[in-house]
Amino acid sequence: MSNKKIGFSFLIIAFTSLIIGLFFGMIGGLQYVLPEFLREALAFQKTRPLHVFLVTQWISCCAVGCIYYFMPGVANRQLYFPTLGWLHFALTSFIIVASMIFFFSGNFSGREYMEFPLWIAGLMIVGWILMLVNFIATVRPAYHTAPVYIWSWTAGMVFFIITISESLLWSIDHFNNNIVRDITVQWKALGSMVGAWNMLVYGCTTYLMFKTTGKKELVQSKLTFFFFFLGLTNLMFNWGHHTYVVPASPVIKAVSYIISMTELLILFQMITKWKKTFLQNNSKEHFSYRLINMADRWILLNLTLAIIISVPFINQYTHGTHITVAHAMGATIGINTTLLFSAAFYVYYKEKRAAGIYIPGVTKKALLVFNISLLVFWVALIASGIAKSKALLQHKGFYEVMGTLKPYFNVFMLSGFVLMFAIIVMAAPICKFLLRFVMQKKQQIILQREEQVMVKRHLEEV
Amino acid sequence: VYSAWVFTKGTDKPELKFTGEMAKGKALWHKNNCISCHQLYGLGGYLGSDLTNVMSDEKRGRQYAESFLKSGGPRMPDFKFNDKEISQIMAYLSYVDSSAKPSMP
Repeated sequence: MSNKKIGFSFLIIAFTSLIIGLFFGMIGGLQYVLPEFLREALAFQKTRPLHVFLVTQWISCCAVGCIYYFMPGVANRQLYFPTLGWLHFALTSFIIVASMIFFFSGNFSGREYMEFPLWIAGLMIVGWILMLVNFIATVRPAYHTAPVYIWSWTAGMVFFIITISESLLWSIDHFNNNIVRDITVQWKALGSMVGAWNMLVYGCTTYLMFKTTGKKELVQSKLTFFFFFLGLTNLMFNWGHHTYVVPASPVIKAVSYIISMTELLILFQMITKWKKTFLQNNSKEHFSYRLINMADRWILLNLTLAIIISVPFINQYTHGTHITVAHAMGATIGINTTLLFSAAFYVYYKEKRAAGIYIPGVTKKALLVFNISLLVFWVALIASGIAKSKALLQHKGFYEVMGTLKPYFNVFMLSGFVLMFAIIVMAAPICKFLLRFVMQKKQQIILQREEQVMVKRHLEEV
Repeated sequence: VYSAWVFTKGTDKPELKFTGEMAKGKALWHKNNCISCHQLYGLGGYLGSDLTNVMSDEKRGRQYAESFLKSGGPRMPDFKFNDKEISQIMAYLSYVDSSAKPSMP
């Protein structure tokens, strides 16, 4: 039972982070269009880290919560160290609250995506070690026969430990005192860290595909493992396409270019299975499975964009523009958030002992609005990236460039608002369920206390 | 092995000299979370301009950077840096600028 409680607790902080993170994203979006908005009270320098940190916590905490929930089902035994699980939860909650306090008070380490003080990153590493120990002790994976999701989860946890450690290397002079090394290693750490959370999310997805269809070949075939190892190779080497403009060794760029082009194989596989999965009517399938199929469309779009911007000739025009942001948004919202909703809805339906085929009308509508608004949001970012690149080629000044981009920013901000509301509506049934879990827990504690008081009184009377 | 190579040979630039003044400028860059709006080599936010080559840029240059550091701008809050801090941040930006030239044609 402790696995469920730990899993639900992580899901609570995941959904809370998502909603608060979206709120700060909305403020940040407004600041793009109205630069004066809260400029002194809550500058973009604070809203951006608050937004980015909380939405990335949404991704990792939701994946972690689902893995804790799935773990005993995978292993056929209870969680080996429940105390470590709770410790991991307490640590994560502390990290989120402390980081928010630091961001609000303007106490930064000033590193991209890791703006909190260094020791917070240290605590994050401890948290991942605790989870990895618990995972190995509970699942006791026999890797030569283990299904692909066990490999994915293990790789995700191990690479979180490695990449967070790498992101701290700048505190050593050898890295800090050389801008080329500092920037290259930072891109290396951050690029691979994205790969690490993808591993956790894809692990949950392949597990769900197996659970909702019962097809073993989806998680154990040679082709599945081929694509897993291709993903792992990309996690380790693909980050280099961010460093084409950095004057590091050309070998780093060449390795990255070759590796990033292997993504063409994934693209080819997706196109060949298009007819099989994309066009089928799967209204009789589990909602989670339908969400996975929906994420496939975003994988296709985003992968195509990733391959295009990985070509060095194109990259020199797109790097440092909103096209990179479009890629990041397509990956984190279109792919990861859809897949995480698929995992969270699986937990939701399982707990409700429902087949997962009936979906409330409002959720269906919200899902449609989610996809349309995200597409508009994504296209607006790409368009503003193209416009920025064009304006820079004409040697326009920065403020003139920003003026040219204003219509795109308006579309990006408005579609962002709609997207935020769609996500909140989609999350509503799960949040309601989690809230009920918290209330029940509170009720249980009250009942236990009352019982203790009664027993004490009875003993006194005796 | 690849990581070890990236951490050493792959990113070795012995011609770049990093002084104490630049280190203080970098610390200020970090402390004020400049990366949330500005980019260095494309890494950072897009609300402000890319500052990799701001110091040698014909249109921007030292004076442009100095005036923003002194009193902010239409999009940038006034960080109230003193003269010493401004010169330290500019020393750091000059160091970054010396590491490469812009890649966009």
